[in-house]
Formats: sequence, C-alpha cells, structure tokens
Amino acid sequence: MAGHTRGSGRPNQWLRNLNAKLASIPMILTAVVIFLGGTVWTVVYSFTNSKLLPRLSFVGLDQYERLWAAPRWLISVQNLVIYGFFSLIFSLVIGFLLAALMDQKIRFENTFRTIMLYPFALSFIVTGLVWQWLLNPEYGIQSVVRSLGWTSFAFDPLYNSNIVIYGILIAALWQGTGLVMCLMLAGLRGIDEDIWKAARVDGIPMWKTYLLVIIPMMRGVFITTLVIIASGIVKVYDLVVAQTSGGPGIASEVPAKYVYDYMFQAQNLGQGFAASTMMLVTVAIIIVPWAYLEFGGGRKRA
Amino acid sequence: MNLRSFAAALAVTVALPLGAASAADLEVTHWWTSGGEAAAVAELAKAFDATGNHWVDGAIAGSGGTARPIMVSRITGGDPMAATQFNHGRQAEELVEAGLMRDLTDIATKEKWTEIIKPASLLDSCTIDGKIYCAPVNIHSWQWLWLSNAAFKQAGVDVPKNWDEFVAAAPALEKAGIVPLAVGGQPWQAAGAFDVLMVAIAGKDTFQKVFGDKDEEAAAGPEIAKVFKAADDARRMSKGTNVQDWNQATNMVITGKAGGQIMGDWAQGEFQLAGQKAGTDYTCLPGLGVNEVISTGGDAFYFPLLKDEEKSKAQEVLASTLLNPATQVAFNLKKGSLPVRGDVDLAAANDCMKKGLDILAKGNVIQGTDQLLSADSQKQKEDLFSEFFANPSMTPEDAQKRFADIIASAD
Amino acid sequence: MPEIVAFNAIAAGIEPEAEKDPVALSGPWGRKPRRALSPRNIIIYGTLIVVALYYLLPLYVMVMTSLKGMPEIRLGNIFAPPLEITFEPWAKAWSSACTGLNCDGLSRGFWNSVRITVPSTIVSIAIASVNGYALANWRFKGADLFFTILIVGAFIPYQVMIYPIVIVLRELGVYGSLTGLIIVHTIFGMPILTLLFRNYFAGLPEELFKAARVDGAGFWTIYFRIMLPMSMPIFVVAMILQVTGIWNDFLFGVVFTRPEYYPMTVQLNNIVNSVQGVKEYNVNMAATILTGAVPLIVYFVSGRLFVRGIAAGAVKG
Repeated sequence: MAGHTRGSGRPNQWLRNLNAKLASIPMILTAVVIFLGGTVWTVVYSFTNSKLLPRLSFVGLDQYERLWAAPRWLISVQNLVIYGFFSLIFSLVIGFLLAALMDQKIRFENTFRTIMLYPFALSFIVTGLVWQWLLNPEYGIQSVVRSLGWTSFAFDPLYNSNIVIYGILIAALWQGTGLVMCLMLAGLRGIDEDIWKAARVDGIPMWKTYLLVIIPMMRGVFITTLVIIASGIVKVYDLVVAQTSGGPGIASEVPAKYVYDYMFQAQNLGQGFAASTMMLVTVAIIIVPWAYLEFGGGRKRA
Repeated sequence: MNLRSFAAALAVTVALPLGAASAADLEVTHWWTSGGEAAAVAELAKAFDATGNHWVDGAIAGSGGTARPIMVSRITGGDPMAATQFNHGRQAEELVEAGLMRDLTDIATKEKWTEIIKPASLLDSCTIDGKIYCAPVNIHSWQWLWLSNAAFKQAGVDVPKNWDEFVAAAPALEKAGIVPLAVGGQPWQAAGAFDVLMVAIAGKDTFQKVFGDKDEEAAAGPEIAKVFKAADDARRMSKGTNVQDWNQATNMVITGKAGGQIMGDWAQGEFQLAGQKAGTDYTCLPGLGVNEVISTGGDAFYFPLLKDEEKSKAQEVLASTLLNPATQVAFNLKKGSLPVRGDVDLAAANDCMKKGLDILAKGNVIQGTDQLLSADSQKQKEDLFSEFFANPSMTPEDAQKRFADIIASAD
Repeated sequence: MPEIVAFNAIAAGIEPEAEKDPVALSGPWGRKPRRALSPRNIIIYGTLIVVALYYLLPLYVMVMTSLKGMPEIRLGNIFAPPLEITFEPWAKAWSSACTGLNCDGLSRGFWNSVRITVPSTIVSIAIASVNGYALANWRFKGADLFFTILIVGAFIPYQVMIYPIVIVLRELGVYGSLTGLIIVHTIFGMPILTLLFRNYFAGLPEELFKAARVDGAGFWTIYFRIMLPMSMPIFVVAMILQVTGIWNDFLFGVVFTRPEYYPMTVQLNNIVNSVQGVKEYNVNMAATILTGAVPLIVYFVSGRLFVRGIAAGAVKG
C-alpha cells in the first residue's frame, strides 16, 4: 500500500522514512509473496481435485462438501474449540501467576525458570510418549495411586473418549506455560519499581496492584503472548499425534492433523487445502479487524 | 551353511548384466530405520557397492506422514534422489504420470522380470500404461493372528486353531483378567485388522469384488455384514487394550497380558527379540486359521528421472541388483519378509515364515489394499475403523453403511 | 543519550541493595526484614516446588528409563529407579544408533544443526528486530497492512506452505542449499518475532526517541545506539524462541536441504520414529534429552543475561 503515496504526488513523501521502508523490504516480501501468495495458492488449489501433486483441474465446491460431511472434521473443529478455550485461559493465568511468583526476588530464580522452560526444548515426539505412559491407567499415575490403597481411583484421560482432549491439555500446559511465564516475566521486569512504591505508599493490596495497575501496563506483552498461544492452538498437531494419534477412535482429532493427514497420508491435497482454507478464513475473520484496531488507528507515534 | 553356498552359487551363475562399466554415487531414500530394517538395507547397499558404484543412504523414518512429503518435495523441487522407496501400489502413480519417474521397461525386459517375479501382481502394480516404473523388493503380508500360548494356559483353554475358537475362548480369557485381542490405538491398525477379517470370513472373491472392483453392492451386502459382525466381536474383545503402538500391543501378547493380536508378519521380529519360539511360546495363524490366504503388499523402489547420464546408468545397475537372487535372499532374511522371486530358497526361515512361503507357493494370494485402493480411500477407511473400534455405540450396520459409501466413492 | 545515563544512575541508586541481597528484600513489598521461614516464603517456595515437580515428573521418567536396559523396561514400572544402571543407551544415542546405514548416532547431525541454527537465529532476529523497530517508531503508510498479513501468517500450519515454498526456492535457485533453509527459517520466524519486537519497542519511553531525533540521529543510529542496548530481555526471549524452534525443526531441515546438511533432528526422528521393528525406549529417551541439551544450555546461560538485561532495562517507564 506504499503505492498510495505515489499518487499523492509530493516526491519527498516517497523519500520520507526511506530507511524504514528499505529496512522493511524483507517483511513486505515475506508478507506478500509467501503468506499472501501462499494463501491464495492454497485457496485456489482447494477447488481442485489435486491428489499427490497440485493440479489445476477444478471441481468446484466438492472438497468443501466432503469436508463438512466428514464426521472426523466436525469432531476436530469441536475439539479445537474446547482445547483452545481452556488452553488460552489456563496458559495465560498459570503463566502470569508463575511469573508473578518468580518476580518476588526469590532465590534460585534461574533454576526454577529453566525447569519451567525445559519442556519447551524437548521434542514432543518422545515427551508425548512419556505423557502417554504417565496417563496410562495400567502403569501410570492411576496405578501408583491405587497401589497406595485408594483402589477406586480412576485417571485415564487418554483412554476415555469423553475427556481425552483434557488429557492432551495437561501435556500442552506442561509444554507451553514455561514460555508464557518467561514472556510475562520479561513484561513484569519492564515495570518501573516506582509504581510499586507508589502503590505501597497508598496502601493498595498487592493483588489489586497487579490487577488494576500492572496488568493494564503489560498490554503489549499480553497481546504478544495471546498471539503466540493462539497460533500454537490453531496449529496444534505434534502433541496429539505423539499422545493419542487422534484416538481413542477419532475422539481427539484436531483440524491441523486433518489437514496434514489428508495432504500427505491420504495424498489428497485438495481436501487438505480445503480444510486449511477453512481454518485460515476463520482465523482471518477474527484477526484482521482486531489487528487493524490494534495496530492501525495511528495510536502510536510516527 | 547350505544357504550361503546356495546364494554364492546363484551369485556366480547370474552375472550382472551391466557390470561396473560406470561408477556413480546414488542417493537412495527409504524409511527403513529400525534395527532389522537397517541391517536389511545394508545388504542392498553392500550388493550395490560391489558393482563399483556407491550407495549414499538417505534414511528418513516414518512412512506416510513424514517421509513421503519429503521425497515428493525433493522430486518436484528439481533436486531428486536417484532412487526411493514407496509401498508399491498407487503411492507414486502421479509422479509417474507427471513424467518425473524413470521408465524401467528396457531393463525389465532384458532381465525377464515378468517371468521371475512372483506373484505377477507385484509387477502389475509397477506397471502404468504398459511400462514398468518400479522394482519390487519384498512381500509383507497382513493376514496373521498371533496368539500367546501362556495366556490361554492361564485361562485354562486350549490355544485356538482359528478365529471362531478364539472368539469362543474370549470369555475365559476375560475371566482370567486377560484382554482377548490387543488392538493398538493408531488408526491403521484397526483398518488393517478389518481387512484381515474380511479375507478370512468373506473370502478372497468378495475381498477382490469390494476392494478390487469397488463394488458398492457387495460392500453393502450380507457377506460383508458377516465381516462387520466379526469386527463387532473383535471390538468387544479388544476392550481394555490401552496402548497406541502396534509393538506395545504385540508386547501384551508376548507377556501374556493379551490373548492375541491381528498384525502383519513384521510382528514376528518382536517375538524373536523377546526370545520366544513359534509353536511353544506363541502360535501364528495365517488367514486367522480360517482361510489361508496372504496379501502381497510390500515395498518397491522407484527411480526419478535424472539428467546426469552416469547416474542414470547406475540406476539400471541398482534396479538389477535389487532383484538379484543373492540380494533377495540376504535382504529378506534380515527384513523378515518374503522374497519377490519364486526361484530362491529361504532355508533359514522360521516356522511362521515357512507357512507364509507355502501359501505363497500355492498361489493363495491377494493384492494388498495399498495396491487396490488409493491412499485417500485408505485414509477414510482408517478414520472409519478407528472410530468403530473405539466407540461401542456405533452399530455394525451403521459402520457398514459408511463403509459402502467409501467404497462407492473410491477410485 | 545523556538522560539515559542519568536515569540509569537514579534507577540504580534507588535500590542498590536489591542486587546484592535478594532475600533481604523479597519483592517490591520488602516490608520488614524477613525470616527464611516466614509464612509468605513457605507459600511462595511451596508453590514453586510443587509446580517444579509437575514440570520435572516427565523428565524424571525419561532419565530413569534412559538408564534402564530393555528387559527392565518391559517389566513396566515407569517410576522405579533402575535396578542396574546402564549408560549404554546414552552412548548408543550419541554415537552408534543407526539411521539407515549410518550408524553414528546423533553426533552425525550435531554440527549441521549448529551450522543451521546459528546463522538462522542471527538473521531472523536481526531482520525481525529491525522490522519491529520500523513498525513501532517509523511507521509508514501501508505498514500496518503488511503487518496484519504477517500476523495472520503466524496461524498458517507450516505443512500447508511446503509446496509453494518449494516452488519459490526452486525459482530462486536456492532449493537444497543452506541459504534456502536460512531463508525459510527467517520467513517462518518473522511473524511472531516482529510482533514481539514491535510491541516491546512501542512500550519504550517515547521521550528517548524524540530526544534522539532532535539531536539529528537517523534510523540506524537510533536503532544501534538506543534501542538495541535497552532491549536485552526481549532479545533473549527472541533467542529462546528461535534457538528452540530452529534446533528442534525437523520438517524444513529435510524438505529444503540435501542429506549433507541434515540436522540432528533427522537422526532423532529416525531413532524414535521407526515404523516397524523394536522400539528402544531407553535410547529414545536418551536421544531426546541429548537433543534438547543445547536449547537447555542456552536457556540457562541466557537466564543470566535475562536478569542483567532487566536491571539495565529498568530505565524504561
């Protein structure tokens, strides 16, 4: 849209901010060529019957009709909503509480932080297996509790279709909250000590200071975190594959897994692209107006 | 060892037609990465290196979702490997149609592949428009029921000799706290088990009608209804399996926690590794003991079209090496699969493998579902059966209706 | 610039003891000198320890499993410490596990991973931080539109983009090279990193930027002399994100390069993800911990930078 300025005539308009424009070339190229171009490409091919290779033989809305008739896709969408809702809330709340705890000038802060962050470093191919074991009724947590005498204890989230998505949530929080804590901590560390002093002088209780003063000040950090968590939720895949492969049955399927499975295992690119188009359209409907309000609107200095 | 001398004799008599006229490094991609598989690949590489060329190994684990997109990207990205594994069947069809793969017809005619490769259906799967595009290397069959002798002893019943006896013995097993049938949670296992039940119960012809001819009526008919009844039994018997991987399920059979498992011949390696002996510790029933038929799916190598002439020549050498009798014996013994040529002798094979070879020799074979159905239909089938096996409220009738729909839209 | 220094001195002067003795002054609420076992401390450390246990439980299981032999694992008690400790799985994972024919374990891909991660991390952070800076401080018409596209891009599943990117790289003539891979990592790291930097820079006190402008400092001068030194914590967060993401990347590493550049995760995948055959859980666990070791070290070492960066960053209001 930089082209708009060209019409308005003044040559120095063009040159204004030249360095910033030059520096933004990689971003503009990425946004336009890769993300926009790739998306358009995907949408176009979602109207074809491409199998293993992308081919331009159009079949209209067939792929979409098949998609919305597939029980697996419907369950995937439903799971994503449940998983997304709880994951977002718990990640933010737990991440913030942990960061607030870590910000109490505690000893061994570096150790605690590394402990909370390490799950993020480990490939989920294998940690998924460990969670599979931990949540397995025969040799995981359930069996340990039972062996302690509480024989009616039941905890088998991965093997119960009704609650399996919550089982996945347990591992997801384990993997992701450390990073959220880290981001929040960076934000908290950016708050001026003077704010705390003022609050203390005024006799405002600590929780109230956090809620009414600190959190509003951390708006930028919250937004960054929100986008990171939300994009992780939409793309959730490894976690499910490593723990349940979408099971029992199709009870823990998610949209991203539907996309990959149909693109690569089923070699039906058209179907996979149709599913990913549905995902993208949904995301865009939510994000674009919000992003415009948030980033547009000349709220910031120029 | 008479096997080794036999292999050596073959190696001498069957001279390599192209020899080591040109030497080149060929990158070969495949997804054989476990211990036994890697040892088997080493045999292929050794044989190929002996021709003066060099096998550059590009192993990427995880067939469907992981390795295939990588291979396809490399080929379409204009930077292809020299040869790559696919499950033979229809996985590479489009690459061939796009003109990216190499036609092997010349060398196949020269070496009389049509005569030596048994069963002939293997080569049919490599043939598109009368031209041959791949070299099959092995046969894996799905139609096996593995039973734990110890589990049945504990339950106080005899080890069943067929599926019906197994179903009858299920209550006794359950009473003894044993899961009658272990079915891992991954979707392909449920779908595979159903295919096996279909051959065993509805027979070879119905199987061919449904999967080969995509006969929707047959799929909705009474024969298949019987299969769904059996699948319903299997579903009830598999309750409480609670594992994901197929080998975890096999391990339940090995340790006597489960009575049996329907799984392909690759399960054998697990029993061997646990030090168990066929007949005394475990029992294998091909075709579920009902209908001794095995499917002949397996692996094949495809050769992308290369610009480099030396490498193209070396591709021919590789193709011929893969089918060389000595290579076939060495490779398949390590892999635990059956050779694609009828004229080699596997004296070192164990009891279960010999049963398989007998059935193969009798010609009681069917094509694998990978060969008959597109990957897309296979995936839809997996979705259906993994849901069916996990969800007791889904009736066999409903499942059959959905099954018939999948067959109707299959290509 | 002078104000910064002065401000810094003031900030440092306010609570010098906070740096020296963290316990004496726990929290911004340092009311009274505190005993080590005050109820408040018990709650804080109690909670942290319980939380740490939740995080460590899977690691405990992994370490225990990696020290057991396969027969012991088959017995099935995942919590039991090994009866007989063996380091063989670790040795095997590092130096002799086979991926196809190459039996040199994870060590084979280690240097490739380093060669991929170091330039990709540096390039992606450099570009994204400049983007974020331009977006926060030098906004030009249309910038928001591109940025919005970028943010939506963060939600696209990577796999969907494989084929279009193969085409782009092929046309650029960098398909299969290290350069191509670095470009891909830069592209996919861009949305989140740009957002991270943009929001951080936008939160810095505006007066600094304005004062520098009045002094005649340009785009790059302000970036290098003012923004960069004040942003250590966010650079550390960005580094954590990128090092983890790129080091653990498997898909791009294999799809966009050739075997001579394959990163360590290819071996990891091959060790743990075999389709058929026996799963050696002990080797899998050891391999995973080994692969995760590098990001872990980065976390731990950069943690110190994190703290110091924050002390220096106390200037911003």
